[in-house]
Amino acid sequence: MHKQIIAVACLTAGLLYATPAWVQDKIEIKSTKVDLPAGDSLFPGEGADAINNNCLACHSADMVLTQPALPKATWEAEVHKMITTYKAPVDEQDVAAIVEYLVKTKGKN
Amino acid sequence: MAHLGNNLPRHSILGNSALAAVLSRRATLRQLGLAGLSLAAAPAFAEDLIKLPLPSDPRERPLTHDFPQKGTMILQRTRPPLLETPFEVFDRGVFTPNDQFYVRWHWAVIPTSVEVNTFRLAVRGHVNQTLSLSIDDLRSLPQVELAAVNQCSGNSRGYYEPRVAGAQWSHGAMGNALWTGVRLKDVLDRAGVKAGAVQVRFDGLDEPVVPDAPDFKKSLDVDHARDGEVMIAYAMNGEQLPLLNGFPLRLIVPGWYSTYWVKMLSDIEVLDKKDDNFWMAVAYTIPDTPHASITPGQTGEKLVPINKMVPRSFFTNVASGATLPAGSAPLRGIAFGGDSGVAKVELSIDDGKSWQPTALGKDHGKYSFRQWEANVLLGAKSSHSFMVRCTNQAGDVQPDAPNWNPSGFMRNVIETLQVTAS
Repeated sequence: MHKQIIAVACLTAGLLYATPAWVQDKIEIKSTKVDLPAGDSLFPGEGADAINNNCLACHSADMVLTQPALPKATWEAEVHKMITTYKAPVDEQDVAAIVEYLVKTKGKN
Repeated sequence: MAHLGNNLPRHSILGNSALAAVLSRRATLRQLGLAGLSLAAAPAFAEDLIKLPLPSDPRERPLTHDFPQKGTMILQRTRPPLLETPFEVFDRGVFTPNDQFYVRWHWAVIPTSVEVNTFRLAVRGHVNQTLSLSIDDLRSLPQVELAAVNQCSGNSRGYYEPRVAGAQWSHGAMGNALWTGVRLKDVLDRAGVKAGAVQVRFDGLDEPVVPDAPDFKKSLDVDHARDGEVMIAYAMNGEQLPLLNGFPLRLIVPGWYSTYWVKMLSDIEVLDKKDDNFWMAVAYTIPDTPHASITPGQTGEKLVPINKMVPRSFFTNVASGATLPAGSAPLRGIAFGGDSGVAKVELSIDDGKSWQPTALGKDHGKYSFRQWEANVLLGAKSSHSFMVRCTNQAGDVQPDAPNWNPSGFMRNVIETLQVTAS
């Protein structure tokens, strides 16, 4: 806990000071290797082929499935943002089916 | 899908296994897509669900334990990871434990292994001398420590009404840690910033999945970068950073939103002009209006890069909908001032008609969470709207009305809980 006390003392002066060498703990920094969950679940239900084929390379389905209901215009804008801004390799002929799926599952008037 | 196979990514820093995993996942997806399968999307690793008090469905999220170096987290997105801190964690102390510190990545190509001995931080651009610094090189500079809140620009986005697209965070896309590292100023001085420098740009090891998509980079004005407070951290809360929080190095920008706190920091480029990259000029911009607020549908406002944080406060030992015993009720929570310290935290149990002071806990510095506590007297069978509001040392106070912008940034309205006394 002495580190926190030092931080307080430093900050009270409004400045960030070096920790004196005599109280420095040598924090160990070790090479790290991890595994991340794949996140490759598919979009469920009818009409999901287009969104499954085009959208899952960049992000898992849960990003979309946790969205609130949004207007169709918002979903169209989101799909086009993915294509134009984030360079998502979406087949142009699949855009309508992707938007249709989003409106069906996450649509709002 | 046909395009995907043509977009071989430029994973120069990735190991073969990570590259293989990305390609293999694509192949799998392609096969599944061609087969026309539509399987249920139940997250196989979800062990439990939490219901967030969002204004509309879906409110349920899996609680996951499946991420490396992480304990129980709210799963907002698996890939790239968006992991939220369960709010009860904030009741346990003013520092957020590393294994429950929230996680947010933009692109899915995240190196899954980092070798400490071969890792290098480049310092280049408008400098006298280009540097390639090892972790040991950095650690030969004076060590500094600072307690500071790291908060996502879109923390609490899930409470925006009208709702907006984006990560549907509750209030747990924030955390407070004691950061240990070196001053960015000391590193820049070692390289020697040339006259005429305008901004300093920061890049990490993460990369877009699609090769021509915009790599995530952020910039600070050169005077800000050299203010002696901006840090390069190699430890948080006394230990090396979890990989998902930016191991081995993370930029610390005290008082500013987390978008600037570049993770897996590997490249520092001093610019002789303003950075016009997508992540500065387009993404993470806010309307240049009070509270970054506009009327839904309003357009044409000048946009500026998001910057300083604003004051916020929360209850941590009572949730909305709770029933408390009548009589004396001990209440407590956390507050932070944004880019200045907490001056006071006030409490109301009558929907904001009257306010009472609270006692502030230990001061860990102006950028840290600060705990508050108070006792209130609740009449039998009474109903209450509990509110808490923070005023910072610059005199900024949380607003009564929520802000709104299409990105869901910078929420800091006074939060209200509905509480009943039995």
